[in-house]
Amino acid sequence: MAQPLDTFKGFAVTFRQIFRKPITQQYPDFKRAVYPRFRGRHRLHTHENGLEKCVGCSLCAAACPADCIRVVAAENTADNRVSPGERYARIYEINMSRCIFCGYCELACPFDAITLGNEFEIAEYSRDDLIYTKDMLLAEPIKRVPVQDPARYDTPAPVYKERS
Amino acid sequence: MVATGFPLAAFAPLALEVAWWVSVIQAFLVINLVLVTFAYLTLAERKVMARMQLRYGPNRAGPYGLLQPIADLLKLLHKESFQPAAAVDWLYVLAPFVAAFTALATFSVIPFGPGWEVAGVYIPGQVADVSIGLILIFAIGSVGIYGFIVGGWASDSKYALLGAMRTCAQLVSYEVSLALSVLGVVIMAESLRLSDIVAAQSDFVWYVGPQFVGFVVFLLAGTAETARAPFDLPEAEQELVAGYHTEYGGMRFGLFTMSEYINLITLSAVCVTLFLGGWHGPGWDGPSWLGPLWFLAKLAILLYVFIWMRTTLPRLRYDQLMRFGWKILLPVATLNAVVTAVLVVAL
Repeated sequence: MAQPLDTFKGFAVTFRQIFRKPITQQYPDFKRAVYPRFRGRHRLHTHENGLEKCVGCSLCAAACPADCIRVVAAENTADNRVSPGERYARIYEINMSRCIFCGYCELACPFDAITLGNEFEIAEYSRDDLIYTKDMLLAEPIKRVPVQDPARYDTPAPVYKERS
Repeated sequence: MVATGFPLAAFAPLALEVAWWVSVIQAFLVINLVLVTFAYLTLAERKVMARMQLRYGPNRAGPYGLLQPIADLLKLLHKESFQPAAAVDWLYVLAPFVAAFTALATFSVIPFGPGWEVAGVYIPGQVADVSIGLILIFAIGSVGIYGFIVGGWASDSKYALLGAMRTCAQLVSYEVSLALSVLGVVIMAESLRLSDIVAAQSDFVWYVGPQFVGFVVFLLAGTAETARAPFDLPEAEQELVAGYHTEYGGMRFGLFTMSEYINLITLSAVCVTLFLGGWHGPGWDGPSWLGPLWFLAKLAILLYVFIWMRTTLPRLRYDQLMRFGWKILLPVATLNAVVTAVLVVAL
């Protein structure tokens, strides 16, 4: 006999919600700050002296499960020195329409040359525009994304222990 | 006039002659008002439901999303009027029109005011003061079911057919209870003419009091009649794709949706007329132009209750629906009619 009564309790519950503030975040108007370790658009980094960190070893491409990274390496020469190592990435492309943002490239990179940034608004009207070249990955991203205070949210980066 | 056993009030001639052009203008106005009500009912439903689910609802088109119905209409009109290759052409095209026409036609007998005399021209309180108004409503409503069934059948799709079968079974089952729940009111008012029924409730003895059981049965059966949650099995999105209008798109789909919502509005309007005193105010009528406003206010409250019900209650299983209809609603409605009849005769 409790069931009819519970039905009316249900009506009370739904009615009460009207006076509460909706929890919807109005996305294009209000952009929620992402967490500091949010994996978004990739970035390639340079050393302070301007040389690229990437040495064209293709370990990121090997680690990539989606097979979206293409690296073509070339030798550094005395008058064309791009990276501190022997070789540099002549072509470095990431196909964003295939990328799954797993971050394996970041882990595989021995020189921290590639990291995943915080930008997530990377939609384009054309698939061709989703292939990011080295220039685009080296440049500062056009759109900036608000990031949560790392002191509050960032967890310590995981330490990978050597297997004994 | 030949004396018969019938209450003569039902056959009395109209008190005042109504010019034909008044009726035409009135019909035009009423149809458009109902359509506007329908448009904004969809918005209100989405808004109220959203707020009950801690969402905002549509708020992009115009301030507070007020232009959303117009945007929806434009979208539906722009869409391709797709038609399955195996569909029965003329039935497929005709069905939504039947549904929409019957939904709109029902509103013509509902009184929304006492009637006015403006510059020597008598404007009645309803488009057609039919002496069998209530029967007409049920008759037109039954024709409207054809729109749904024929539409589902003519689409040549199993989901549409399943939806149409469910619609058919549910509407036929609940129509019995719906008609019986109204009998008590008819017995008390001794008339099928809606304006008489409203007049009988003029002294604030709305039939929701003496006919409370009838009112509840009417609301529940009416929810099932209009295929609203928790009785929305005809178009249970999670089991059938969309019910009888699975294969419809564009404005034809729009017409079906429109007829559903207008059926809901009409049903609420009938409920207001029969049980909630029609255009009479609560104890105080005020000037006669307040009549339509009282009517609208009651209509809005009732529609709100329907939306509220949709947010709150989960859908019934099909056997539960049938059991509830035949084993609970029908006996209760019958008993209500019998008891009312006995009491009216005895007292």
